[in-house]
Amino acid sequence: MDINQYLEIFIEESKEHLQSMNSSLLYLENHPEDTNTLNEIFRVAHTLKGMSATMGFNNIAHLTHEMENVLDYIRRGNMKVNTEITDLLFECFDRLEGYINNVEANSEEGNDSALELIDKLQISKLADINANGKDQDEKKINPNTNKTIKSAIEFNEYLSNVVSTAIKDGLNVNLIKITLDSNCMLKSARAYIIISTLEKFSDIVQSNPSIEEIEDEKFDLSFELVLITKHNEEFIRKELSSISEVESIEISPMLSESIDISPKNDVVNNTDKIQVVEENKQQENEEAKNKKSKTSKTVRVDIDRLDNLMNLVSELIIIKTRLEDAGDERGRQNTSEAIEYLERITTNLHDAVMKVRMVPIERVFNRFPRMVRDLSKDLGKDITLILSGEETEVDRTVIDEIGDPLIHLIRNSIDHGIEEIDKRLELGKQRTGTVKLSAYPDGNSVVIEVEDDGSGINIEKVKNKAIERGIITTQDTQLMDNKELIQLLFSPGFSTADKISDISGRGVGLDVVKTKIESLGGIVEADTTLGKGTKFIIRLPLTLAIIQALLVVVGSEKYAIPLNSIKEITTIEKSSIRRVQKNEVVLYRDSTLPILRLSELLNVPNTNNDIDIDSNSDNFDEDVIVVIVKKGDKDAGLIVDKLIGQQEIVIKSLGKYLSTIRSIAGATILGNGSVALIVDTNSFF
Amino acid sequence: MSSMNQYVVFKLNNESYGLLIDYVETIEKLTEITRVPSAPYYISGVINLRGEVIPVVDLRRRFQLENISNTDENRIIVLSFEEMNVGILVDSCSEVVTLDTNQIDKAYDLISSFEDDYIQGIGKFNERMIIIVDIPKLLINNITG
Repeated sequence: MDINQYLEIFIEESKEHLQSMNSSLLYLENHPEDTNTLNEIFRVAHTLKGMSATMGFNNIAHLTHEMENVLDYIRRGNMKVNTEITDLLFECFDRLEGYINNVEANSEEGNDSALELIDKLQISKLADINANGKDQDEKKINPNTNKTIKSAIEFNEYLSNVVSTAIKDGLNVNLIKITLDSNCMLKSARAYIIISTLEKFSDIVQSNPSIEEIEDEKFDLSFELVLITKHNEEFIRKELSSISEVESIEISPMLSESIDISPKNDVVNNTDKIQVVEENKQQENEEAKNKKSKTSKTVRVDIDRLDNLMNLVSELIIIKTRLEDAGDERGRQNTSEAIEYLERITTNLHDAVMKVRMVPIERVFNRFPRMVRDLSKDLGKDITLILSGEETEVDRTVIDEIGDPLIHLIRNSIDHGIEEIDKRLELGKQRTGTVKLSAYPDGNSVVIEVEDDGSGINIEKVKNKAIERGIITTQDTQLMDNKELIQLLFSPGFSTADKISDISGRGVGLDVVKTKIESLGGIVEADTTLGKGTKFIIRLPLTLAIIQALLVVVGSEKYAIPLNSIKEITTIEKSSIRRVQKNEVVLYRDSTLPILRLSELLNVPNTNNDIDIDSNSDNFDEDVIVVIVKKGDKDAGLIVDKLIGQQEIVIKSLGKYLSTIRSIAGATILGNGSVALIVDTNSFF
Repeated sequence: MSSMNQYVVFKLNNESYGLLIDYVETIEKLTEITRVPSAPYYISGVINLRGEVIPVVDLRRRFQLENISNTDENRIIVLSFEEMNVGILVDSCSEVVTLDTNQIDKAYDLISSFEDDYIQGIGKFNERMIIIVDIPKLLINNITG
């Protein structure tokens, strides 16, 4: 079988399973008694085992198999979930994730076997047995004295018929409980020997667990069999005594009376049980249904195909714009109606395609509970992570990129923000620190916030550090307000931590976060109160592919300015523009506004309408059109020659060949088929 | 050992150049080129090729040849190289020739004045000289420089 064609599916599915295992483990840690979660983890381990064995990834199969054994052990109540077990399971999870990542990278799971983990898993089981050894001893004695075994075997009608017929025929029916030695290495093999020995002189009519399960080693140390044989108890005992690694053999003969009566009861009981089970099942089904409807049905689509669809839609939008132009010229009723219709269709189609690309941010958020758990353990801090707005949807491209900056911010909050437990208690704060991670849509953008209730940022310290590093001068600080000072945190190579810890401060500062967010067209801000906590606010555009833009004319060229970076459009008298140290500024609404000439910034070839204030005094009173753009708190006015209007534009990359071009964020195709460049206003600040 | 390769032949200032046909995606007539600010001097700008924005290299400027005005004969040869499409602006383009590798003199065999590193060699075809352009070098140099 060529497994490579299934590799992608395998990776995708494994990842999904791992994700659910991760969240289940986290839940189990806080709710150790929850059997449903336990079952869920068991189910995932089991599925992974099956999948990986099929694909020939033996390390994964082996590890999940051992995990299953331990989980099963817990499930049967032989063991309690404790910190060691969850830690061990998390370790296994990490290893599995490593394997899957290996598979993704090189189509191989790697040679790094998980033997030491498997040993640990087995030891954890044994340790528990030793701890509970006493109990088991007592249990063992009890049946011997009472001569009855509390059997887990359930009699159905068929079985009781067989048994009663056998008894009528004068055969012996025995219930045997065999307990293997706790040090037994190959339980299933041992069990197989026992069963085959018994089969030589008897018929095994029933077993618990089933023979298949015994063969698969899906039992603890003991199993029960119902035997029909003409030999007596002594004979069976003698036959079995030669087999080693058997701790105890309990045999209790079944009498016809006990069976004759019990089956009926059992039948009644069974039906009751079935009903209960069915009810449970129904409930579970309903729960499952509710869960399903929440996550909704999904189809996995190759992102390239989606991009292709996107491109086609963009084409449609372009042709729509073109038709609009043509329609205006002729002014015919029918055409314009048709165009309006087309416009409605394209807008809807655009929405639909964009929605396909939208993914709930849950995907990114999911990995943080685990991270926070580990961090709080490492640092000895008590931390609760509160997630909200996981259902907020963002574009796939954003999802892929946003993870790292968020990891950084959360680490930052936990490491620098939240104080040690002692200090918190001293300050009269709650012992447990809180980190809130929330997301919500806000108009055409998505806001993600990381908030902690820690110590906050000492602005004085930031100021001093920035002066020390030569990022600003002492004079600068006099003019800066707190907000601007906090923004200094995002300067390259800046860290307020007094000592560099293992968790953060490894040379990657908040500037990395800022760069990443800005490359996605977003902005990041910080808000802090000393002693109360810090909040980082990330604002991202919903989509990266189609935006609203203002088309302007500069010289003889057309440019698009993204609408979300435009604050307002105004006209300014040329005479009011002042030149301060080669920079032009204007007093606008009681504050200074730097003026930039787009024609100079973009080296547009000189055209007739020269608007230089120095040389051209003839039209000194004339107004110039100024587009005020913003970046964070800063504003700047861009002088343009003409405004064309607002338009929906499709962003096209300039490609790898021109990837280093500054001041241009991309290109778009206009209705007439020509290309207009998109101005990257952020680069002007 | 020899093998046959096909080359697209184009002209720049009456000189014939050839490039391996494998790199050629399409050959287009000259369309409107949008200037890109702060791009290298030899980038003419970008064009719209059926919905895709493609940068165009002015090969005359790239090879530092004399600048002559564009005519109807001008063509943009769109090359596909390492998942990127780049157009090159040439004076004209008309034929495809098949050359044997032993019909091509390696560039390093040539005298030292021929050290422009985007030249792969000189092909001889029916008494004509065809300068074979080394596309990877021509295009990668821009990314790094």
